[in-house]
Amino acid sequence: MTAPAVLLNGTALPLAAIPELPLPAFQDAVARACDDGHRLVALCCGADLRGYAVLAAEGSPELRVLRTTFPAGPFPALTPRCPEAHLFEREIAEQRGLRPVDHPSLKPLRFHRAWGTDRDAWDRPPGAALDPGVAPFYRVEGLQVHEVGVGPVHAGVIEPGHFRFQCNGEEVLHLEIALGYQHRGLERILEGGPHRLTFKQMETLAGDTTIGHGWGHCLALEALAGTGAPAAASLIRAMALELERLANHTGDLGAIAGDVGFLPTAAYCGRLRGDWLNMTAQLCGSRLGRDLLRPGGVRFGLGAERRADLRQRLVAAAADTANAVQLLFDTPSVLARMEGTGRISPLQVHRLGLVGPPARACGLGRDARREHPVGPYAARPWPLALDDLGDVAARARVRWQEIQASAGFVLEALEQLEAMAESPLAGPLGELRPDHLAVALVEGWRGEIAHLAVTGGDGRFSLYKIVDPSFHNWIGLAMALRGEDISDFPLCNKSFNLSYCGFDL
Amino acid sequence: MLKILAARLRQGHRTNHFPDVVPPLPDRFRGRPALHPERCPEGCKACQDACPTGAITLDAGLSLDLGRCLFCTGCTEACPDHAVEFTPEFRLATRAREDLLLAPGAEYALAGQLEARALALFGRSLKLRVVSAGGCNGCEVDVNVLGTIGWDLGRFGIQIVASPRHADAVLICGPVTRNMELALRKTLDATPDPKLVIAVGACAISGGPYLEQAEQLGGAPGAGIPVDLFIPGCPPHPLTILDGLLRLLGKIKS
Repeated sequence: MTAPAVLLNGTALPLAAIPELPLPAFQDAVARACDDGHRLVALCCGADLRGYAVLAAEGSPELRVLRTTFPAGPFPALTPRCPEAHLFEREIAEQRGLRPVDHPSLKPLRFHRAWGTDRDAWDRPPGAALDPGVAPFYRVEGLQVHEVGVGPVHAGVIEPGHFRFQCNGEEVLHLEIALGYQHRGLERILEGGPHRLTFKQMETLAGDTTIGHGWGHCLALEALAGTGAPAAASLIRAMALELERLANHTGDLGAIAGDVGFLPTAAYCGRLRGDWLNMTAQLCGSRLGRDLLRPGGVRFGLGAERRADLRQRLVAAAADTANAVQLLFDTPSVLARMEGTGRISPLQVHRLGLVGPPARACGLGRDARREHPVGPYAARPWPLALDDLGDVAARARVRWQEIQASAGFVLEALEQLEAMAESPLAGPLGELRPDHLAVALVEGWRGEIAHLAVTGGDGRFSLYKIVDPSFHNWIGLAMALRGEDISDFPLCNKSFNLSYCGFDL
Repeated sequence: MLKILAARLRQGHRTNHFPDVVPPLPDRFRGRPALHPERCPEGCKACQDACPTGAITLDAGLSLDLGRCLFCTGCTEACPDHAVEFTPEFRLATRAREDLLLAPGAEYALAGQLEARALALFGRSLKLRVVSAGGCNGCEVDVNVLGTIGWDLGRFGIQIVASPRHADAVLICGPVTRNMELALRKTLDATPDPKLVIAVGACAISGGPYLEQAEQLGGAPGAGIPVDLFIPGCPPHPLTILDGLLRLLGKIKS
């Protein structure tokens, strides 16, 4: 069998260097790798029906890339052999109109027509309305069984999605999550890009992850151009990424406290989240980090005064956060609500390809900062935050460990920046090399963000695949709810806090 | 219990005092742009070309549509003559879409208070139902933050509620995706009349970074939904949102 091409995070390969396999051999290779400890980072198909798979092995920086060509019609689904391909194959069906035969749950993901073709994986009549959420749901039958539908508009200030619970009394037997309401056609418009609006769209594809996706996009562009970002720029990007994590983890621990009715931590963390966001605003003027990054580097540097100010803010916020979060873990009635609730198993994480804090809370050391380090993360191994119980409490503990590690990292980065006063903040990006493929992985606060970019002969994107960690992890939330009381849904949901728009694209 | 009390003492009272005292904004904050067409070199279109959303036009003199502006650095980086400059001015909300059009020298018409009857109804108690219709969770989180103890929205009689049946106003974020159009319209229909509509962020006002996408409608105005208050930004700072809400309710008049 042809060996797959190997590349590292943030690098590119000429397409010719990636061996092309016939579809059955391609699927065999992916399924075997996934049985063998690899996980599927991305699986996608372009408008030219060329397909790509990116695989990562646990504990190795190497990324394996495989290439194939899909037939212009039905093809045998990989999902029955490799469950973590389930959403990727639904996506291929929807975007390209190719039907994966024997897919166990072949429903639309984002409720749009295939792009630039009349093919339709469901043979729906052309012009017929595609109403989001309207598709057959898995149902449990029985005299005592009832169904609860929630959304798309939810009770809080939160994005839309539809949740369908199959319940026996209070007990959830199954939860199915239907998304797509936020679909803005991002990957469609990226084909032929980058365009004038591309960078702003990357910053807002999941607006609470501006730095994560912004950096993923910059890294992909820089890999395709064969350039990079100066050292100081990489360090500022990493600082901003960790501040983004600090704000969101702090907010989420507060939200978890709120959902168990423990108001002190809920109130303090709600405020402290703002303090972390305000530190990002000190960097670039925007609390969410808008316009801090640019392809080739960053837009804003930090002088001595700004570094001192940030250090002071950081020390104060870290101490207040420790105080607020410790309260959570010191209160038995809170622990009783979190422990054993919403448990997922390492096997589920492995088979479904989950990433980020939910995977680490099951003891799987998946963290792109450690396994696929770029920039300052390559200087020394990132300390993994691990737990092994896989429940709400474990996910909360992982987040708390990460808060401490990230705060320490930002403090160190502020010191390191002092020695980099002469480093430029950005370099020229340069032209994107034609017929290349680049992979960029960034460990966002929700988990691994993957950007896979392929250029055509004109040096423009022929395919651009975005994988938000939520794409992998929504199914994890559904699994966590099995056997739980439906009243624990908000608590389980907060412990994952996944993105709707990052999934819907 | 003692630990909880000790933490309470330590964390203290942290609600800001807006509108009496304006909390400090970061020095790099990008607020309402100032236009200086007198600095424009003859025939230069650099800012217009650099603007990703087409907010800047030079056809009838330099003008900037805050409804489209993402407050990015495109125009300011493109213009060496500083004909467009961001100011620290955070007050941006208007009552009319056309009031968001910045022109040099023209007075910016900040949102005025509701008409007498509506003010009598909503002035002391305004319940908001927030709908994200393709929003990126940027505007959503900066609306949500107003409910935290740092801002304490409740002290102004404003509250975010869970059901449109309990709401006086629908606050829309996002460009109104086609996939959310029906749910948004149903939410509006479920909100009892008389009601207000508030559009928060460039997406909800014009489509923002997605204004060219066929998958969305161009915000609330593009969907034909009448809007009572426009709060521009990408996302607007919580101060900008709160300032807009308080102006609408006549609690800030200057």
